[in-house]
Amino acid sequence: MSVFEVFISAIFVNNIVLAQNLGNCPYLGCSRERGVALGMGTAVVFVTVMATLCTWLVQKYLLEPVHLEYLQTLVFILIIASLVQFVEMFLKKAIPPLYASLGIFLPLITTNCCVLGVTLLVQREDYGLMMALLYAFATGAGFLLALLLMAGVRERLEVCRVPKAMAGTPIALIMAGIMSLSFMAFKGMV
Amino acid sequence: MVLSSILTLAGLGFLAAALLAVASRVFAVHEDPLVARVSETLPGANCGGCGYAGCEGYAQAVVHNPAIPPNLCVVGGAKTASALGALTGKLTSEMEPLTAYRRCDKNAGQVARRFDYKGIPSCAAAAALHQGSDQCGFSCLGFGDCVKECITESLHIENGAAVVNETTCIGCGKCVKVCPRDVLQLIPKRARVAITCSTKDKLKAVTDVCKVGCIHCEKCVKVCPAQAIVMENGRIQIDQKRCLDYGDSCALACARACPRKILRLHGGAVLPPEPKKAQPAPSARSS
Repeated sequence: MSVFEVFISAIFVNNIVLAQNLGNCPYLGCSRERGVALGMGTAVVFVTVMATLCTWLVQKYLLEPVHLEYLQTLVFILIIASLVQFVEMFLKKAIPPLYASLGIFLPLITTNCCVLGVTLLVQREDYGLMMALLYAFATGAGFLLALLLMAGVRERLEVCRVPKAMAGTPIALIMAGIMSLSFMAFKGMV
Repeated sequence: MVLSSILTLAGLGFLAAALLAVASRVFAVHEDPLVARVSETLPGANCGGCGYAGCEGYAQAVVHNPAIPPNLCVVGGAKTASALGALTGKLTSEMEPLTAYRRCDKNAGQVARRFDYKGIPSCAAAAALHQGSDQCGFSCLGFGDCVKECITESLHIENGAAVVNETTCIGCGKCVKVCPRDVLQLIPKRARVAITCSTKDKLKAVTDVCKVGCIHCEKCVKVCPAQAIVMENGRIQIDQKRCLDYGDSCALACARACPRKILRLHGGAVLPPEPKKAQPAPSARSS
């Protein structure tokens, strides 16, 4: 696949949330307000790219030479968790404004399956480093897009008359389903 | 095989732990213990009345920024202000009690309806539908989103417009934030004048729909000796602090100058007759 195709497919066709159903927890949890959604989405883009870089290097130069590919999941979780911690400390010291806007989301991302999913998918597809980083960025952008769309919908939902039994999470899940269905329309693109 | 996997994983874990341990030393951020004490002193209502996201945000600002006064907390009032002043070593000035004020008099202005709104009885929903059912896009919609938000029950709806009980209002500003049309505004309780219109529309668009809408003639801006009135973001804004500091010597020039009679004396007082003889300025008017 060409670079462009990977990019488009990661954002729209194989959207991490809407088509691959990864990262559903923040998708529903952080989509009440657009501001929060934007913060969370940006943090995911940032961490996904960083995590992909680290795990790709570890996979190629540590796991593969000693034939320990089966430890992939375990090692990646370890790396992502410590990376997020490190990034949080670094941001707090070096770039306080960025920490103020992303800070509270970073610990949430530690256990985000979207990030782990991307790092594992990169290995499955056997991308080169540049391609892997591009794929990670595009996937993060797709997550951001889905989160923002959902936040916009839910802000409108606040002022809608929702049946009592449906109010809150049930209607949000239904909206997520409908949005996922509508993203199926992109399937023919790539 | 087993040994190498254990060693690799343990090594990686050890490496990560060492990295984090070093990083926590290198990137240690000194956090002021004063911030924690200040946020304990604050009421913790997180109402946002001070202009910060929550009590924590205000605590950070008041400790680190010398320009931030310690009396911004409206819920805590004078007691919190003096406590914060003692903690941060800042001078506590008199706490200015604020009140919400409705910048709309659509009943007096006879603002007509464009259509009958029969949707959800909430201002947010009504404002989202074709900018509300009123002819004016800046009017009070009167569904009482602010009433629901008020923690002291100082608001009620009367003739389709919100009415503020200024004696019980604590000026937390929750209603101001929830109002989708930006009709409510916080002003000092002892404010002398207040503008009763928040429209951004132009002359003809205003006079067509409302008898008491602001036409932005800026007469008040020109006439105010304290320069406390400015045209900001398409609306007339009164810098209440500057107005109060200047005092009564202007003889309420802005309220007299206003051709639409919407710069009103705060508190419902009637404009006293112009003190004609009291103007000792013959030199300026040499004929």
